[in-house]
Amino acid sequence: MAKNSPFPKGPISQIQGRCLILTGDDIDTDRIIPARFLRCVSFKLLGDQVFADDRKELKGSHPFDLKSNQGASILIVNKNFGCGSSREHAPQALMRWGIRAIIGQSFAEIFYGNCLAIGIPCLTTESSKINAIAEEIKKTTEECWLLNINKKTFSRSNKKWQLSIDQRSLDMLTSGRWDATSQLISNCSNLKSFMINLPYLNNFSK
Amino acid sequence: MSSETLYDKVWDLHQVAKLPDGSTQLFVGLHLIHEVTSPQAFAALHDKGLKVICPERTIATVDHIVPTINQERPFADPLAEEMLATLERNCKKHNIKLHNLGSGNQGIVHVIAPELGLTQPGMTVACGDSHTSTHGAFGTIAFGIGTSQVRDVLASQCIAMNKLKVRKLFFKGSLSKGVHAKDLILHVIRKLGVKAGVGYAYEFCGPTIEQFSMEERMTICNMAIEGGARCGYINPDEVTFSYLKGCAYSPKDESWGKAIKWWQSLASNQNAVFDDEIQFNAEHISPTITWGITPGQGIGINEQIPTPESLDEDDRAIAEEAYRYMALEPGKKIQNLPIDVCFIGSCTNGRLSDLEAAAAIAKGRQVAEGIKAFVVPGSEKVARDAQAKGLDKVFIRAGFEWREPGCSMCLAMNPDRLDGNQISASSSNRNFKGRQGSPNGRTLLMSPAMVAAAAITGKITDVREFLK
Ligand code: SF4
Repeated sequence: MAKNSPFPKGPISQIQGRCLILTGDDIDTDRIIPARFLRCVSFKLLGDQVFADDRKELKGSHPFDLKSNQGASILIVNKNFGCGSSREHAPQALMRWGIRAIIGQSFAEIFYGNCLAIGIPCLTTESSKINAIAEEIKKTTEECWLLNINKKTFSRSNKKWQLSIDQRSLDMLTSGRWDATSQLISNCSNLKSFMINLPYLNNFSK
Repeated sequence: MSSETLYDKVWDLHQVAKLPDGSTQLFVGLHLIHEVTSPQAFAALHDKGLKVICPERTIATVDHIVPTINQERPFADPLAEEMLATLERNCKKHNIKLHNLGSGNQGIVHVIAPELGLTQPGMTVACGDSHTSTHGAFGTIAFGIGTSQVRDVLASQCIAMNKLKVRKLFFKGSLSKGVHAKDLILHVIRKLGVKAGVGYAYEFCGPTIEQFSMEERMTICNMAIEGGARCGYINPDEVTFSYLKGCAYSPKDESWGKAIKWWQSLASNQNAVFDDEIQFNAEHISPTITWGITPGQGIGINEQIPTPESLDEDDRAIAEEAYRYMALEPGKKIQNLPIDVCFIGSCTNGRLSDLEAAAAIAKGRQVAEGIKAFVVPGSEKVARDAQAKGLDKVFIRAGFEWREPGCSMCLAMNPDRLDGNQISASSSNRNFKGRQGSPNGRTLLMSPAMVAAAAITGKITDVREFLK
């Protein structure tokens, strides 16, 4: 199961796995992880709570509950996925359920950044391709697909689609520098002298 | 590419370095934290053996999980108690100022930072909360961040970011009677959609905005994110300066004059270049209300719920979902729709002027039979100021509950929640499915005055009826 595959670490250049399709525009982070599950001081338990309310409503027929989707690691979505709140709990919940990459028409900005920060690549393509990809996946959910980040391709045997991802994200993922902390800290040696030049930190005297 | 806008000036000032991936290392002038998105960041810091680099630039409060009826510790909800206790521990350990319950300064993070004068023109402001855009009302670049970035800011006081494009939203004319800042921003999101702002910062400007108070400006910038824009801002002016004068953290004595000089220099220049520009006429805006499950699904109070045919093809699928979820019929009027719960509060509309506008409607009237109506001030200071003006009494006499400050039913992480498929008239900012605590609860967003009007009649009502 994807759930048991290790969390992203180091350079991420490709993701191999089965796919899961979630249809609909504007799927917000309140749906991905309802607010009551944010009452926690760790992300550990979020995997089981992903889409909790939508899943309850659909009583077992939600894509995240379908037996055939268990173990899938590549999520296919539509437009403006992840809009709404800045809660990193949303990508964390997806990741802990087993999602390792997302392909969609577009993503909300903060959500996209949050995904990148934990090593989940989000690639985009136009709606016609998303539909074609979904059609192909539906034919056989058992099949394994290959998402090649370097080449920006998504493929299986004789089928192949070209996707998009901005160069910055691509570099971060493939170089393993998507975890920005150490990079930022290494530039902080002169932070004090930088700060003294900011008017609001020097009593507006410069 | 934009140039000479406030956004460009503040951005340039805060660039620490160019990162190898082409992004910018941006210094964060003010970092705000709260109990929901910080514990995992502190844990990550601990795991990596890192310290908080500038503890004096981070300020904490507790807002999302606090109960609004009984705030005695330990909280009845052990999870909520654990979250606050963790925040207290982390702040103590890292020397971070916490405006805790009962301190006199606790409240919703986006309400307290401005009222304390922490938010000042020309700063970059970050917080693990998407409504950080609120602080843009002071002429800052203010944006929400995720928990990994909260960790980064704690560790480095910086964040890796790409520059946004800048869209100018120009407003002329005055709002008519009974129409508020909330209506204006709901109108904008309705017209431009919830995705239009992705990749942009919004500059709100023009005569309409210049006439607005700071509280109205905060309402506008607060909801920039609902239009997809990660930050929205307003150029600082006399209104900004007089708001800040004398606030706890505002510059004092000789610094004050120098501060004003600098702040004045930050406004977008006459010949600033924007990536995009849109004009609105405020006179055309009526009280606006959402009927669906995204903040973009709004209509004027006198309009009908749109039919699928009247919508862009792109908007139809989500409209269909909204009809179903909200149990509303296309083509029907929204007026007179019966409601169950009325919520006045949140970082959009939980400030003193919001409570005043609602109290003006509630005064001398009674909440309709069977309606649960409650008021949650945005902060301890708002509560104090409102009480000094007797607003609590006005509300209580009218049959509203008067609660303790916090986020409350804006997102229902505390005990304040909708039940089943109840419909709420809410002054908050999000009407997403399940947002107010019940998986099938329904939310209609509107101005606080409109919420008060709905409370009195028990149904969606044009607040202007009360002003005749
Ligand atoms: S009031 Fe609502 S939107 Fe504002 S910070 Fe609290 S939960 Fe978020």
